Order: sequence, then structure tokens, then C-alpha cells
Amino acid sequence: MPGPFSSTGTTDVVVIGAGPNGLACAARLAQKGRRVTLLEAEPEPGGGARALPDIAPGWPSPALAHLVRHIDPRVEAAMDLSRHGLDWMAADLPTTVLSPQGHLTLRGDQAEGADAAAWAALHRRLMSFAAALEPFRQMPPPRLAASGNAWGQLARNALGLRKLGATEFREFLRLILINAHDVAQDELTDPRLRAALCFDATLGAWAGPRSPNTLILYLDRLAGQIAGGKAALGLPRDGLPGLARAMARAAQASGVTLRTNARVARIEIANDRVAGLVLTDGTAISAPLVVSAIGPKPTLLNLVGPRHLDAGMTTRLRHQKSRGGAAKLHLALSDLPDFGTDPKARLILAEDEHAVETAFNPVKYGEVPDAPVMEIVLPSAFTGGQAPAAPHVLSAIVQFAPHAPRAGEDTARAAMLAACLARLERAAPGIGKLIVKADLLMPYDIERKFGMAGGNWHHGELSVEQMLFLRPLPQLSRYATPVSGLWLTGAGTHPGGMSGAAGWNAAEAILEAGA
Amino acid sequence: MTGPRFDTAPLLETPFHPRTTAANRLQNWAGWSGYRTAGCYGDSEMEHSAIRNAATLYDITPMTKYRIAGPEAEACLNRLTLRNLAKLPVGSVQYTAWTDDAGKVMDDGTLFRIGPDRFRLCCQERHLPWLLDSAQGFDVEIADETEAVAAVALQGPTSASVLTAAGFDVSALKPFRMQDYPFRDGRLLISRTGFTGDLGYELWVAPTDAVALWDHLMAQGAPFGLVPAGTEAVMLARTEAGFLTANLDFIPAQQALREDRVRSPLELGLGWMIDWDKGHFTGRRALLAERDGQLSRWAIVGLDIPGNVSAEGSVLYYGKKREAGFITAACWSPTLKRNLAIAHVAARYAACDDLWVEIYAQRELQYHKLMLPVRKTERPFFAPDRRRATPPGRF
Repeated sequence: MPGPFSSTGTTDVVVIGAGPNGLACAARLAQKGRRVTLLEAEPEPGGGARALPDIAPGWPSPALAHLVRHIDPRVEAAMDLSRHGLDWMAADLPTTVLSPQGHLTLRGDQAEGADAAAWAALHRRLMSFAAALEPFRQMPPPRLAASGNAWGQLARNALGLRKLGATEFREFLRLILINAHDVAQDELTDPRLRAALCFDATLGAWAGPRSPNTLILYLDRLAGQIAGGKAALGLPRDGLPGLARAMARAAQASGVTLRTNARVARIEIANDRVAGLVLTDGTAISAPLVVSAIGPKPTLLNLVGPRHLDAGMTTRLRHQKSRGGAAKLHLALSDLPDFGTDPKARLILAEDEHAVETAFNPVKYGEVPDAPVMEIVLPSAFTGGQAPAAPHVLSAIVQFAPHAPRAGEDTARAAMLAACLARLERAAPGIGKLIVKADLLMPYDIERKFGMAGGNWHHGELSVEQMLFLRPLPQLSRYATPVSGLWLTGAGTHPGGMSGAAGWNAAEAILEAGA
Repeated sequence: MTGPRFDTAPLLETPFHPRTTAANRLQNWAGWSGYRTAGCYGDSEMEHSAIRNAATLYDITPMTKYRIAGPEAEACLNRLTLRNLAKLPVGSVQYTAWTDDAGKVMDDGTLFRIGPDRFRLCCQERHLPWLLDSAQGFDVEIADETEAVAAVALQGPTSASVLTAAGFDVSALKPFRMQDYPFRDGRLLISRTGFTGDLGYELWVAPTDAVALWDHLMAQGAPFGLVPAGTEAVMLARTEAGFLTANLDFIPAQQALREDRVRSPLELGLGWMIDWDKGHFTGRRALLAERDGQLSRWAIVGLDIPGNVSAEGSVLYYGKKREAGFITAACWSPTLKRNLAIAHVAARYAACDDLWVEIYAQRELQYHKLMLPVRKTERPFFAPDRRRATPPGRF
């Protein structure tokens, strides 16, 4: 054990992890007058939104996350992100489902084809449910076993649900825990629309569309906005690193001290209180308050350690589900590939609902699917015609990938890459010849590069049994931890995601507690 | 599958079984953690009398035993249990307890420090999953060694004399200390511990040496009145001593079905065990909140009751009317000639003023309801000086 803790620096608050939630939390606390130091292990802020090293010389890599679905309106307004450089190449991207029977493009409730009316009705209904759920994202989850519940706010939110009306409220109760596959089959006939619903319901989850409780994940996706546009899909200029840089500038403008290349080795605890922390280079920083955005598991199991926690909580944390099912594919291309559709869209490569489920089946057993489904973005398509034209890069979230492959990591990665390229070749014949360099991050690679437990980008699976007051664990759901002075935020806490809502909620909880 | 299922097969025999079955005139057996042990050899009153006036052998092999070893064994056990292991030298034994996250008692037991990094934990219930969970993050190995170690309790005023006659010099062995002796080709560990509140020892030996040890002790102990004792006699002795037993005096938290049945160490009178300054242990934050917020809901008390009818299972009333608690263990003590009880009372009745016990006394088939005033009294009820005297008295 090291000697007594003596620090080389001191601050009011240290926030660990400069992802969107860490940045939002740090900014909020700084705006309220706290001296905040934000530590980022990597050279660049942004976490899952940060710029990665180039795929090949001249071909910048997209970030791990490649589209924005939500920015918490409180964060967007209070951090004044547009003033700090946030600009949209597209603030409301259409979605095109690539299919052998012809592509189909979706814009919100507008769909093409025979099911257009059915899609519009379903979309509007789900949007109304999502709108009623959205206020729950902007507050700490309720907890009966704890004091300090915002009963007034909860009552207003519950009333908002009831105000859906008798019929719609009954539909809400029927659908809230249903699976996406059943809804797709009940409400839609067009396999491409079914594919879109099932794909989006399971994107980033360790679940197929027939897995229980997957519709709520779709509702969760709809329950947000970008610049006032509900359930919009945004592509910032310079991609997600553009958003990360704007948030970092905003945080610094609020007074946050950002330290990059500062990887935390451990959180120091004295007399059951946070005393500060020590970086891997030995630097000690003393602070009475530490907020960690890097995920509940790594924070408590690694930085704090079981000896400062109760055994039951340690066990529950170890058992918290955190299986990554999504891989990330980056291709450096010599030219723009031809998918037979306008490339200025989010492309979904899944011909029907069964393709999504079938891609999940082998992953349950630690194997690689033959035909993965994917969400493709071609950032260079949006900058074409501008000088200098960006080199062509394809960014795809590929599902599903085993987080603990039976065949071994390298074999599984090679098999997954081959399956992805074969799938892409069918959708865009000739793409293989354009590839300068291919790079695939499997869930275990994502865990190593980003510290996300199990490579799950939610820092712990977002599933109904790990949502709201169950996220990440009931005892940790209100951002406070049992260690006095240590708080959690980030995607692993309510409401999850990288909208900054979790960061803002945690900051509000800290301020309200007077911690 | 070969052989009958575990739940239909006869219970296991302990390594002492060839001798305990030969001595068991009643063939009165009781289940204990999957083993068959003697409930009574012939006459429980006489066996109890031997505990208090001579010496007895009681087969404690079924007691759950865990081997906990490794460079961080002490740190792991400090995080598991309530007491401070830094204060436990090698060769010593601690009576301790441990709780879940909510600070509710899971079990109590004795912790033996066999080496700097090697311990044995003895307890009533099985805890391997919890121990393994508690070992996460510590460089320690934990294994159940219940079957690997045979154990017998030698208890009673003449027990030291029996050991001396058997060639084991225990004159310098203090209470809660242990010592290693050569026995046949192996080793015999003798600890000055027990469950009777009297002078006594517990002997730990390889199962292969168990019968030889029994025979040797019985032969050398005959002049000192050594006889085997069964569980009935020992339970009477433990009630006289005022010791707690899991599942009789408290429900282990991990087994409780009703959420109000769990108890904290503060509520079980075990608050003295808690070392608040040793660093974190499981349940500490909950217990600190209970202590500082005075949130304890129960208190365990020793009671004196008039008359000679045991109050086992009786309900306690405040002012003869309002339910105030219940009795978990009771006996008319042949040693003390007192009617004793261990009871849980709601915290506000902890002083036991105007507290009454309702006893149903069976007299020739017919129950008579008695409402008797109780008086709070110190535990242990029976604590003779001879239990602590070193060198031990030669009776």
C-alpha cells in the first residue's frame, strides 16, 4: 500500500471522464460556482464522441458514436453549445432501409410505400408515449427507500401519462413492456418498416427484437430532441468530435479546468469519505467531492475497490449485466460507395425483422453472425463539393457481435469483418475494391479503448430491469454512492445515453444535497 | 446417479460415530448440518450434570468450518466481520459475527488465527457463497473444511484434569487461546473454547485420528467422571450461560422470509464486537446510521422469571396487555436454581419495567395460563470464575 495520501493539487470537485455526461456535469457545477477539475484519460475530450486516431494516413476515423439522437435541452441551453461551435451538417437526417426489394426512406412519421399510413399512426402513437416519458429523463429516478423524492414533479409526470386518455393510456400499458418484433408484426406489413423498428429498438442492446421489453428501448430513443427537433437524428459538423469540442469549450468557458492525459489510478478514501484521487503517473489531487462518469463498474470495483464497499453491493455490481453486442466498423475508401440511394442519410442494412433477430441468435452463444445488420453513415457524402473534400470514410455500427467469443478474440474479429464486408458487397457491389483500410472494433476492443464494461456502450446494459430506479443498482440510482463525497454520473446512470442528461441530473442532485 | 438422493439417504456419520453409536443407549439422533449426532445418550439431566460437575465429550464435527488463507486473509476478514483482526494474535480465537449490507446479522461464530495468514471460521450455518463474494478483490483462498476436520468439545470443571491425564499440558492455555500437540503420527489442536460457559476445551483432529482420540480421552478421563453428552444437555448448558444460537435466538438475515425478522448486532447485544475504527466492513454504514440515529428496534435481554416452569416460546406483555416481545430460549436452570430466559423486546421496553410473561404450563395434560412478572438480569447467567482461571483448577 502507498504511504499517506498527500496531494499536489486541490480543487472543490473532480469529475472523472470528459464524455458528454462528464462535460455536462462539470459545466453545471462550475456554473454554480464550484471549482471543477475535469480529468480525461485520453489526449482528447469526448469519450465515445472523441476523435480517434486516423484509420489510415489522410483518412480521419469517425468517433465511436457517429450520430446524435438526443441533446438534453437544459444542457444545450445552459452550455450555449452553438456559441461554442456546435453546428449541424444535418439536424434531422432521414433513414433509408436498404433492401433487395428496393430502398425505403423514412423521415419521422413520413414513410414511403403501402404502409405509409400505418407507419404514421404507429409513429405518432409512440411519439406521444415518448413525450410523456421524456420528463422522467430530466430528474433523478424516484426511490421509495430514499428520502428526497421530487413528489411534485413525479405527480406531474405521472399525470402527463394519464393525460394520454383512457384508450391511449391502456395502449401505453399494453405496449410498455412488449417486444419490438410483436409490435412490428401487429402494426406493419412492409418488411423494411418492420426492419427499421426492430433495428432501432435493439441498437446498442444485448437483445434481439423478440427479446422481452425491447419496445421501451425504442421509446427511449424517441424520448429526446436535438435543437427542439423531437426524435431527430443529428450529424454535427466534424462528426461527434465536433460536438465533443463544443461541449469542452463550453465547459472551459464555465470555468472548468480540463486535464487530458490524466488517467485515474484510484480514488482515495479516508474515514469513509473521499479525500481525492491519484493518477497513474502518481499525481495526487485532493478534493472533497469526486464525480465519476466512466461507468459504475470501473468506478466502484476498480477505482474505489471492494474493501471500501459492502460485499452485497460489490456482488450486485459484478453481476450487473454489461454485455456489448455492437461492433464498430470503419472503412477508409478511395471513393464514395454506391448503395443505390442518396448517401446523405442514415442507412440501415437489414431487409426485415427476421434479419435482426437472426443476427442476434449466434451472439447468444458467443458466435459471430453470418449476416450482421448495420447502421451506416458516410460523413464524406455531406461534405462533398466543399473544399477540401473529406476523404471517404464509412462508419457503421454492426450488430450483433459477441463480447466473449468462443472462438477467441482475433478469430472472431476476422470472421466478423469478413461477414461485414460480404454483407456490404451485396448492398454496394464494388465497395470491396474501394477499401484502403478496414478497422473493426469488437465489444472487447471497445472495452479496452473506452473502458466501457463488457464493451457495452451504455456502461451497463440499458434494459428494463436496469433502467430508471434500477439503474445501475437501486442503491446507486440517485447518483450518490455509499462513500461520502463520491457520486456517479454517465451513461451507466439514469437516464443513460450521451445526451448530457445524466450529467446534468447528477450535478443537480449534488447541488441539492449541498454536497 | 448412484446411491440414494441426499434428501432421502441416511444422514452422514461423523468420524466419532463408531464410539458415539456404541454409547448411545437411546439411539437418539438429531440432524445437524447433514450429520447424525446424539441428541441424548441416555439421560440428558445426568449429561448436563456432568457438564457442570465433571466433564463431557460432545461431538461438534458438524459445525461448519471454513479455511481462510492468503496474504490478504486478515484484510478480507476485517471487511467481513465486526471485530478487529489486528487485535487477534496467532494462536488466538475470537467470538465474532458478521452482517449483510443492511447491517443485519447473518451468523456468529468463532474465528481461529492458526497462522499469520491462516484462519479457521466456525459457525452454525453455511456461508460459502457469501464468503466467496466477500473475498472478491482480496488475495485470499476460502474453502469449506467441515469434513476435513473432526472436532469434539471437552467441557466441564474436570476437563483440564482429563487433558493433563491424557498427556496434554494445558496449564498455560488461557481462554480463547489454542495450542498444537503431537498426537499419534499427526497433530492435535486444542483451543480453550466452548459453548457451555464453563471451563472447557475444543479438540480439533484429523478424521482418521478421531476414534483414537475419543478412546484415549475416555480411558484417561474415566477417573474424572468423563461421559459423552448429547445436544439436549449442551443446549441446556448454553441457555444457562446465555449464549445465542443462530436460528434459535435470531434468524440469520440471509434466511429470513419476513423482513421484520432480521436483527442488527446492536439489537442482539453484540454491539461490543463492532470496531468502528478499523476501517470499512460490510454493514458498517448501516450500523453507523442505526447507532447515531438510535434506530434500533429491538433489544435482547436476559430475564429472571418466578417459579420453575420454563417460558420457552412465550410472549411478553407490557402492563399485561400490550405485546412487547417474545422469548427465544428458556430453562429452569438446575445449576443456578433459577428460571431463566433470553428474550427479544421492542426497544422501548428494553428496561423491562412492568413486563409480564404469559406461560402455558402443562400440568397432567391440562394447560394452565400463568401471567408472571419478569425481571431483567445480566447475561451470561452462569459464569463461574473457574471458566477463566489460568492455570485451570484441578477438580
